[in-house]
Amino acid sequence: MANTILDIQHLKREFKMGSETVRALKGISFSVEAGEFVTIMGSSGSGKTTLLNIIGCLDQPTEGDYLLDGVNVRHLSRNELARLRNRKIGFVFQSYNLLARTSALENVELPLLYNSGISAEERKEKAIRALEAVKLSDRLDHLPNQLSGGQQQRVAIARALVNEPVMILADEATGNLDTRTSYEIMSLLQELNRQQGKTIVFVTHEPDIAAFSQRTVTLKDGRVIRDAKNMNVRSAREALESLPVNDDY
Amino acid sequence: MNVLNLFRIAWKALLRNKLRAFLTMLGIIIGVASVITMVAIGEGSKQSIRDQLSGMGSNMINIRPSSNFTVGGGARLGASSLQTLKVEDVNAIKNDAHFITAVSPGVSSNGQVINGALNWPTSIQGVSPDYLSIREWGLKDGINFTDNDVKTAAKVCLIGQTIVENVFTNGENPIGKVIRFGKIPLKVIGILTEKGENTFGQDQDDVILAPYTTVQKRILAIPYVQTIYASAIDEKSSDTATKEVTAILRKQHKLKGSDEDDFSIRTQAELISTISSTSELLTVLLAAIAGISLVVGGIGIMNIMYVSVTERTKEIGLRMSIGARGIDILLQFLVEAILISVTGGIIGVILGISASQLVNMFLKWPILISDSSILLSFLVCAVTGVFFGYYPAQKASRLDPIEALRYE
Repeated sequence: MANTILDIQHLKREFKMGSETVRALKGISFSVEAGEFVTIMGSSGSGKTTLLNIIGCLDQPTEGDYLLDGVNVRHLSRNELARLRNRKIGFVFQSYNLLARTSALENVELPLLYNSGISAEERKEKAIRALEAVKLSDRLDHLPNQLSGGQQQRVAIARALVNEPVMILADEATGNLDTRTSYEIMSLLQELNRQQGKTIVFVTHEPDIAAFSQRTVTLKDGRVIRDAKNMNVRSAREALESLPVNDDY
Repeated sequence: MNVLNLFRIAWKALLRNKLRAFLTMLGIIIGVASVITMVAIGEGSKQSIRDQLSGMGSNMINIRPSSNFTVGGGARLGASSLQTLKVEDVNAIKNDAHFITAVSPGVSSNGQVINGALNWPTSIQGVSPDYLSIREWGLKDGINFTDNDVKTAAKVCLIGQTIVENVFTNGENPIGKVIRFGKIPLKVIGILTEKGENTFGQDQDDVILAPYTTVQKRILAIPYVQTIYASAIDEKSSDTATKEVTAILRKQHKLKGSDEDDFSIRTQAELISTISSTSELLTVLLAAIAGISLVVGGIGIMNIMYVSVTERTKEIGLRMSIGARGIDILLQFLVEAILISVTGGIIGVILGISASQLVNMFLKWPILISDSSILLSFLVCAVTGVFFGYYPAQKASRLDPIEALRYE
C-alpha cells in the first residue's frame, strides 16, 4: 500500500492587491501517492505557479489543507517551512540556479549544509552518490560555466536528490533546454522514478513533456479541470532514440 | 547549521569575489594600520618627553623670587636681581616641611673657566650637597662636597662632562686638579654623570657645581640666594609640598593675608603634565583621524554588503528554497562582513606595526606600540563588521523566497 505524499484538500489562495482580492486558487483537491510521476499542467494565469509555491512550502494556503508526507503546513512558521523544504523536498528549477564559481560537488552539497545532523564526510559521500545517480561522477570539480545546460540541470537534479526527499518538485525543468536535452532530462527523471521509486511532481505548460508522466493534473483559472492517468506513458529514452541522430542546423 | 559550516560558506562566498573582498578590506586595513601607527607615534613622543623630564628630577620644586613689586618708575625687576630669598628660608623649609626630602639654595654666575692654556665660557651653580639628589644626578668619578665645605666656603667644585672635554686634554684626570673660574681657583673633586641635552636643547653637562657659600662670597659677593631647589617626597605629593612651602615662606617673609606672594613656585610635575597633555592631545587627535578612516572603512563594508545582497538575491532565494532559514542567511552575510573586517583588521595590525617600525627606523621618531591600541582597533573593526554588516544581512534574511527566486 503506497502512502500519500501530497494530500491537498479544498486549497484556496487569495492575494490582496490594494483593495482588490485576487483569487489565484479557488479550491483545489488532489493527492499524490508515493512513487507517482505527476505533471501539473496549465497555461499562465491558471494558478499553477501559486500551487507550485504552496506544494514547495514556499507559500501557505489561505484556506484548505495541504499535507506533505503527513505534515499539515497550514500553520507552520517560516523556520518550520524551511526545515520541511530541507528534509522533504528536492527543487529543480527552470534556470538551474546553481551557485556560480562553485564546483558541481559543492553545489550538490549545499542542501546538506543546512542540515546540522550531517557530518562533512557524510555530506561529501552523499553528494558524490547523487552525482553518480545523474551520471556526472566524472564532473565533480567542474564549475557550472564549464558544463552544458543539460549537465547543469543534472547537477541541479543531483542537488534535489541529495537530501533524500519524499518528492522532487520540478518547475519547468526543461524550459531552458532544447528538445534533445529535454528528453535526456525526462529520461533521467523517468529512470529515477521507475528504478528508485522517486515521487516526482513536474510543473510544465508543455503537453509534449506531460506525455512522459503517469498522470496529469490540469489547472485552469484556479481550479482542477482535468486529473487523468496517462494510459500510454511515452518513454523518454525511446523518444530520444527516435530523434534524428545527426542534429545539423 | 553549525558554526564551522557558516564560516566555510561565508569564506567560499568571499573567495568567489576576491578582488572585491580585498578592496572592501582595504578600507579596514588602512583604518586599523593608521590607528596603530598614529597612536604609536603619539605615545612614543609622549613617553620620550616624559622620560627626559623625569630625568631632570620629577619631584623637583623650584622656588624663585617673583617680580611682583616694582622700583622707581614702575619698572619690574628681573627675578635674579631680587633679594627676597634668604638662606634662612632654605633652613626653614628644611626644618618645617614634611613633604620635602631635600632642599638646596641656588646661586649662579656666568664666567670663563680656565685650566692652563684651555678656557671655556660656562656658568657656575652654587648649591648645597643635597642638590645632586634633588636633580637625581650622580657622580661619575670623585666625591660630592660636604656641609663642612659649605660652612667654610671651600674652594672645591664638581664639573660636568662638557667642561671636562673643553678644558682638559685627552686622558688627563681632572680629579684633584685646580681650575679657575674667573679669578677664583677651585679644586675639582668630582665629575658629574652625563645628562645630555634637555627637552629644550640645553646642554645640561655644561656646568660647574660648587658650595653656594663659595659662589655667594667669593664670586658674586651677595648675601641672598637666587633660587631654592627642593625635592618633594614623590611626584604625587608635589602639590601638597608646594602648599606647605608657600605657607612656610609667607610666614618667613611676614606676608599678611592679602599680600601677594613675593616668590613663585614651579614644580617639575606641573611641567611634565603640561607637556604631556599637549602630546596627549596630539595622540587623541591622531587617533581620531585614524578612527574616522576606520568608520569610513566600515561604511565601505556596509555598501558592498548591500550591493552583494542585491546581486545575490537569487542565490538567497535558492538557499531558502533548499532549506536555509532566515537566521542562516543573516548569519552567512554577517559572518562575511566579520570575515572581511577581521581579516582586514589582522592585515591592518601587521601593516600598522611594520609602518611604526619603519617610521622609527628611517625618521628616528620614538614610537611606542601599545597592546591596548592593537586590541582596541581590532575590537573596533570586529564591532564595525557586526554593526555595518547587520543591516544588509537582515535585509537578506527577510527576503521572500518566492520573490528572491524570481529576481533577475
